[in-house]
Amino acid sequence: MPPFLFWIFSALMLVFGAGVIINRSPIASALSLVLCFVGLSGLFLSLNAYFIGIIQVLVYAGAVMVLFLFIIMLLDLRAEERRQINYVAFAGGIGVAVAFFAQLLHVIGSLGASRRAFPALRTGAIDDVRNIGLLLFGNYNLPFQIIGVLVLVATIGVIILSKRELR
Amino acid sequence: MVTLGNYLVVSGLLFTIGFAGVMLRRNIIIIFMSLELMLNAANLSLVAFSRFRVQPDGLPNYHAQVFVFFIVTVAAAEVAVGLAIIVALFRARRTTHVEDINSLKF
Repeated sequence: MPPFLFWIFSALMLVFGAGVIINRSPIASALSLVLCFVGLSGLFLSLNAYFIGIIQVLVYAGAVMVLFLFIIMLLDLRAEERRQINYVAFAGGIGVAVAFFAQLLHVIGSLGASRRAFPALRTGAIDDVRNIGLLLFGNYNLPFQIIGVLVLVATIGVIILSKRELR
Repeated sequence: MVTLGNYLVVSGLLFTIGFAGVMLRRNIIIIFMSLELMLNAANLSLVAFSRFRVQPDGLPNYHAQVFVFFIVTVAAAEVAVGLAIIVALFRARRTTHVEDINSLKF
């Protein structure tokens, strides 16, 4: 994949990621989140992870976003009115985030491998769905079944939480 | 030339955006979306390392991608449960503003 696509998808992802936390209206935030995940899925494709890229769009842009938008609709949220901002807490939050990113940059800079380009893959078809499937149902069979139980428990939990009267 | 470091820095920036969102925003739904951003930033760096560690047969290291699959599944379950809790909270308190929910505050 040509390098300029990396910069385009990164810019798309980061701009709309920032849009998620800057927008005051929750609906605009949710829609920015969709575009952010589309950019992220482009980055996955640029890393030859086709299966993960497709899963990203299906699960996040499809399922999770619909859930978020339904809940926003159900709660009837309007753009939040301007409240008194606690400037000390705001500056503290920005400061901690910037310090965290500076530390992360330091760690990435001191990692020798981070300056090397990606090694070449073999030529020809890369059947990554087949390989991931073999690992998932072979090596990771037990975690896969546990995940299945987790999803079942989450489903039952959501139904119980959504009942009006808890007994 | 795009290096591993480029991907890691982009992933770190996305994580920082999510982190800042959790700390700065007071709307519980926006905080939840920021959590999703952080999970996905971790996924991006996992996939970048998967592509970087090419196996002897010329394929990426698929163990990381299986891990990403698990993270996506758990994140989807987490969103479902979390949003149900938010709806229950909204029914009880009529608010999604975290500063109005302070009955456990010491």
